[in-house]
Amino acid sequence: MRLTLNIWRQRDAASAGSMQKYELDGVSEDMSFLEMLDVLNEQLNEQGEEPVAFDSDCREGICGNCGLMINGQAHGPEVTTTCQLHMRSFKDGDDITIEPWRSDVFPVLRDLIVDRSAFDRIIQAGGYISANTGSAPDAHAAPVEKKKADRAFDVATCIACGACVAACPNGSASLFMGAKITHLGELPQGQPERYDRVVNMVGQHDAEGFGGCTNIGECTAACPKEIPLDVISQLNKDLRTALKQGR
Amino acid sequence: MASAQGTSPLNKPAQQVSDDARGYYTHGEPLVDPVAPTGPIDQRWTQRVFDNRLVNPANRRKLDIIIVGTGLAGGAAAATLGEAGYNVKSFCYQDSPRRAHSIAAQGGINAAKNYKEDGDSTFRLFYDTVKGGDYRSRESNVYRLAEVSANIIDQCVAQGVPFAREYGGLLDNRSFGGVQVSRTFYARGQTGQQLLLGAYQAMERQVAAGTVTQYTRHEMLEVIVADGKARGIVARDLVTGEIETHLADVVVLANGGYGNVFFLSTNAMGSNVTAAWRAHRKGAYMANPCYTQIHPTCIPVSGAHQSKLTLMSESLRNDGRIWVPKKAEDCDKDPRDIPEEDRDYYLERIYPAFGNLVPRDIASRQAKNMCDEGRGVGPAVTEVGPDGTEQQVRRGVYLDFADAISRMGRKAVETKYGNLFDMYARITGEDPYETPMRIYPAVHYVMGGLWVDYHLQSTIPGLFVTGEANFSDHGANRLGASALMQGLADGYFVLPNTIREYLADGPFEKIDESHPAVVEARTDVEQRIQKFLSINGTRSADSFHKQLGNIMWEYCGMERSEEGLRKAIDMIRDLKKEFWTNLRVLGTNESINQSLERAGRVADFIELGELMCIDALNRRESCGGHFRAESQTEDGEALRHDDEFAYVAAWEWSGEDGLPVLHKEDLIYTAIEMKQRSYK
Ligand SMILES: Cc1cc2nc3c(=O)[nH]c(=O)nc-3n(C[C@H](O)[C@H](O)[C@H](O)COP(=O)(O)OP(=O)(O)OC[C@H]3O[C@@H](n4cnc5c(N)ncnc54)[C@H](O)[C@@H]3O)c2cc1C
Ligand code: SF4
Ligand code: FES
Repeated sequence: MRLTLNIWRQRDAASAGSMQKYELDGVSEDMSFLEMLDVLNEQLNEQGEEPVAFDSDCREGICGNCGLMINGQAHGPEVTTTCQLHMRSFKDGDDITIEPWRSDVFPVLRDLIVDRSAFDRIIQAGGYISANTGSAPDAHAAPVEKKKADRAFDVATCIACGACVAACPNGSASLFMGAKITHLGELPQGQPERYDRVVNMVGQHDAEGFGGCTNIGECTAACPKEIPLDVISQLNKDLRTALKQGR
Repeated sequence: MASAQGTSPLNKPAQQVSDDARGYYTHGEPLVDPVAPTGPIDQRWTQRVFDNRLVNPANRRKLDIIIVGTGLAGGAAAATLGEAGYNVKSFCYQDSPRRAHSIAAQGGINAAKNYKEDGDSTFRLFYDTVKGGDYRSRESNVYRLAEVSANIIDQCVAQGVPFAREYGGLLDNRSFGGVQVSRTFYARGQTGQQLLLGAYQAMERQVAAGTVTQYTRHEMLEVIVADGKARGIVARDLVTGEIETHLADVVVLANGGYGNVFFLSTNAMGSNVTAAWRAHRKGAYMANPCYTQIHPTCIPVSGAHQSKLTLMSESLRNDGRIWVPKKAEDCDKDPRDIPEEDRDYYLERIYPAFGNLVPRDIASRQAKNMCDEGRGVGPAVTEVGPDGTEQQVRRGVYLDFADAISRMGRKAVETKYGNLFDMYARITGEDPYETPMRIYPAVHYVMGGLWVDYHLQSTIPGLFVTGEANFSDHGANRLGASALMQGLADGYFVLPNTIREYLADGPFEKIDESHPAVVEARTDVEQRIQKFLSINGTRSADSFHKQLGNIMWEYCGMERSEEGLRKAIDMIRDLKKEFWTNLRVLGTNESINQSLERAGRVADFIELGELMCIDALNRRESCGGHFRAESQTEDGEALRHDDEFAYVAAWEWSGEDGLPVLHKEDLIYTAIEMKQRSYK
């Protein structure tokens, strides 16, 4: 198929960017979206034009590195990551607009690449269980109810891609944060730090400049891992309890 | 197991008679692990942990440790050494430590917990691993791995890793990779992700505590060796292009595997050999580089645009049946229209005892044989041969669940394999419930890597190597679910206990940026980058990478022959010349420049590829993942030659124009006797 691509080009964080138009022919429906961009880049290189920069690594939908706004939708039209989106979701003659994540907290570094280091800093603020190496009791010392273990796993599958932030009109990272708080909060090992965790993570989230959650739900619709909205309820519940305790 | 085990040698050192690689290498001194432990095998590690010197807690703060890599091996080490109070600097090329390729591991992690009371033990895991590695690993290292495996699970559970559990709330296990006990812990099909997030979170906690500083989007491009010791690295900030010098008392490489030398593999796009190869060029030996694991159950290539391959868990082979049409003319038919009697369930036919569950290398090689015979299935794809000629080949075999669906019901198949089926459908656009899946082998893991001693120290003092980047534990083949175990064993338990023996002599005399070794390393990096940017030829780094991949896959892939390997070496040498005169990298160094990053990685892969072929040429035996056409039994099975090759081949770099130097480390077993494997 033949496509018209409108792609955001920006030299670096300090420069202004703009949309550029490219024509691409010979795209097969078996290509992944990123392989389509590889083909474009090979063509640009031949023409002496600098290739389009974009992030990707595993290309299996698990590392969370990739992420593009495709026709205004985070990760494009399917519920999956950009790297797992395939060209059979498009048709001959399509016009496709490709932009980086939209969020002031994720500044553009070049073309389609953004800086998501704020996510690391939220985890640093408390997204862990303190257990020094070597200090652990036997793994069977604390059984975990299967239902809780399964729920912990389901929400622990967040890949920190940032689609939730990009999709949210408020630019909130509540889904990302709620997923971690729920994962650790479901487990007995996570209880001792539970309430400090939520206070510290939310504090960092706000300090980074992410917006507040007003229950719009765009985040969960865009999430490639289908993290449910109720992790945000869990987050809020834990936060209220913590504040009542005066933390 | 009896503690007497491990006190006397059970085999004699190998004496190599053949010399296929003559003219391509020179002979070096034999290599001996200077810190190899002795005594009863089950006491060696405990004794060593006790004997290694301690570092005074007040001194740890003054000791700087550089760790390149944030996968299981690097992330776990950064967390643990940070907790101990050392000053750690951690590097990765991704934008967050959590994105290291360990994240992609699916199946699970082994540990000798014996929670199932099915007769598992440290000794059995040790035995299975040595046997699985086809007797080409070092027994002391493997025993230690099995020994610390149980602690890994405890540690991960304490961190909140959500392993699968049974209804009673205890941890669930499954059996994996053809072993007879259930010792694999898992988190659905995302075990690597959950383990890595555990290590990452522990590491981020140390970042907050100030003991670990993380440098993301940084690529190490050179190791600094000053006065005989590794004292730092030169790294490029991938955002600004700035070339930075980082100095330390010790350097740890945990940079993962180099399967991308084949261009197409299940590794991440950015997985590379640069960190290890730069160290190799500075004096670290590369061990058994030709040992590659090829995984049988991957989604086939769909066209020339293919950028990577996707693994599907080999658990699929538990219920799926593998076949190809008996007649080549049936290959483009709808598989459902091919009657039972016209199908060749070739694994069940050739290996009636193991059937579809034969080891990875056998399943892979047989799939290739079927396609080479012209009985492959799926769309024919254009294959550009290494010499540039094009041909149309069908590269795929069926993995059929029709029997399983009628036996277990669709629902049960869905529960067991649903997410894999979905992934397959998304990538191929076909519904595996309706029509058989197509699979083909892909490069998955490398057993070879930088040579390390029992302390995980390379031949450069002060340079330690952990995880897939070292060669140490898997011999010529790795068991399923054992790489995650090794990465975390190295990072949480082994390295922290061996590095202190080295650091007990520190802090070492400070060096600064004006030290000649630092200046030299920096200048090398800068000149290389300028060179890439100024060649101004016509071809992208990717196009060279693809061509290298074709050569490697054809001649150094599932089956290797003397003639083919010689041809490959010549081709790679030509490719190298063309690369350095006809590469085109646009843009500048001063910003994100992904073409420039790739150029550096491809340059190193080309040199590695040549060494892999030389290593494969020298090893005229079939062992583990290495199958030499000249070394097979009458019925085409792998034939090992312990008398000639029971050794580790450790290669020394001897300059751009020199020949690599081969150092042999004898493999002497004291607790296990070597046996030929048989799956018939
Ligand atoms: C698809 C897939 C599935 C797998 N499934 C399993 C399984 O089920 N069970 C199992 O046991 N094993 C499995 N394996 C193997 C296992 O995942 C890996 O061997 C293991 O995770 C490697 O860990 P590592 O820490 O050594 O390296 P990695 O996790 O690859 O980490 C490498 C790190 O080094 C960094 N790095 C590399 N080069 C540089 C440089 N020059 N400068 C700076 N940083 C650098 C990277 O940024 C990264 O942080 C699987 C592998 C794959 C590919
Ligand atoms: S919650 Fe979903 S969308 Fe948000 S970062 Fe995690 S995986 Fe991505
Ligand atoms: S590249 Fe890893 S999730 Fe897309």
